[in-house]
Amino acid sequence: MADHPAAQADEATEDVVADEVLVEEVSIDGMCGVY
Amino acid sequence: MSTDFDLDGAWRLAPQVQVRPERFGALLYHFGTRQLSFLKSPALLTVISSLAAQPSARAACRAADVPDAELPGYRRALATLAASQMICRREPA
Amino acid sequence: MTAAPVTTGPMPLIEQFSYGLDAPICLTWELTYACNLSCVHCLSSSGRRDPRELSTAECRAVIDELQRMQVFYVNIGGGEPTVRPDFWDLLDYATGHDVGVKFSTNGIKITPGVAQRLAASDYVDVQISLDGATAAVNDAVRGPGSYDTALRAMRNLADAGFAGFKISVVMTRHNVGQLDEFKALADGFGAQLRLTRLRPSGRGADVWDELHLTAGQQRQLYDWLVAHGSSVLTGDSFFHLSGYGAALPGLNLCGAGRVVCLIDPVGDVYACPFAIHPSFLAGNVRDRGGFARVWRESELFGGLRQPQSGGACESCSAYGACRGGCMAAKFFTGLPLDGPDPECVHGHGERALATADPKAAPRPAGDHSHRTRRAPVPLELSRRRPVEPARAGHPPVSACNPDPLAGFTPPAR
Repeated sequence: MADHPAAQADEATEDVVADEVLVEEVSIDGMCGVY
Repeated sequence: MSTDFDLDGAWRLAPQVQVRPERFGALLYHFGTRQLSFLKSPALLTVISSLAAQPSARAACRAADVPDAELPGYRRALATLAASQMICRREPA
Repeated sequence: MTAAPVTTGPMPLIEQFSYGLDAPICLTWELTYACNLSCVHCLSSSGRRDPRELSTAECRAVIDELQRMQVFYVNIGGGEPTVRPDFWDLLDYATGHDVGVKFSTNGIKITPGVAQRLAASDYVDVQISLDGATAAVNDAVRGPGSYDTALRAMRNLADAGFAGFKISVVMTRHNVGQLDEFKALADGFGAQLRLTRLRPSGRGADVWDELHLTAGQQRQLYDWLVAHGSSVLTGDSFFHLSGYGAALPGLNLCGAGRVVCLIDPVGDVYACPFAIHPSFLAGNVRDRGGFARVWRESELFGGLRQPQSGGACESCSAYGACRGGCMAAKFFTGLPLDGPDPECVHGHGERALATADPKAAPRPAGDHSHRTRRAPVPLELSRRRPVEPARAGHPPVSACNPDPLAGFTPPAR
């Protein structure tokens, strides 16, 4: 479920706006410094 | 992941989602799915926050002054949020 | 590239966080240093309650602050948080004030009745600690009977219908061979497996040499994590392994002082639970302005939120992925913070350690360990001192007293 941002961009159309990823999703467990 | 999104539909923020504005845009946390979304644009935050009050997502984007050229990016972002249940369709009144 | 954007375009999160956040996204809160166990690698050197621990009222005040700051959830641990008599009150107080709770426990108090109550709450998550898929491997680290306690708690949670509780494992040289067994154990209980990294923190400093993964085991773990994707959680604790290639799910950056921090049992705020040391102490929640002021204005956190120099690592092709690894791991092995992680996947850390003086490495601060091994005592008779001096009419307070108010004297204003 937690897609790497680069993978998300690849799935989108491969045009000039591919860089523009406005939403990044992460599991709330994905924070280093919380045990 | 589908990038289809019904811009002309009526949408709203899901009830279990908490929104926290930030300098770069916002953090969204869904207490049900335990997923965290980073909105990387203050304009996108404006769009999301106004969804429930606007007749359509397209109208919300217009009201937030999103240029037409940037609409595809916003559409993809909204599709992502819908897929992760951060936003959901509103039932017509 | 698009045509010149009207506003600054979205940048990678790593860069976003260099501007700081008004509140942590989530944080760790160790409620007490008291614990019924004495795990050999305990990051907080827990065992005995500290007489200065926050009172129930002070804990509620912290929760009120977290609510105002819109912290989404707090990871409550310790020591063993459930040994505090007010734990269940504080749990309800947090969830009743919009702060989600995940608490980390060895399972000692998770009876069937407790499990039922927990299963009924939408805003509580439970994490059971386990460091071996078999009693032999687990109990060598966590003590005799600890495996049985953990499994009993898991059984009770599963029977109460609590789907998706976490089983959290610290990876060591001796349990890395049990990855599939851990996964099967979690699947059997309908639980989610969580693997985390051993750091040389707390008592972990004493067992680091014997227990940390070998280079070959790190590669083995990385490959296994990649194969299992998001079905296994890691708390982003293995982002240093991104130096191998594809990044693991997560933010892949050190959250210390940027997106997370630690509140310890006496209210001290540290950058990270693996960095309990004066060098990473940002302030105390009892200070004027409380936790919010520490988070937003402390010098330490301000420094951490500046772009960090990669130093010796910047010329390495892997730096963009691994970001130089774990600050706490470097600190407690005596390595410079702007250099390689001691477990750098390309071996740069090992080379740096070979030239470092092991005796110069900083020692973890604040040892709350149980005194199970007594040093020889002098043969003079003397009265054993109570933890606080006895006051007239008040009996001395034992260090084992779990009451958070025992011996507490409100500070003079």
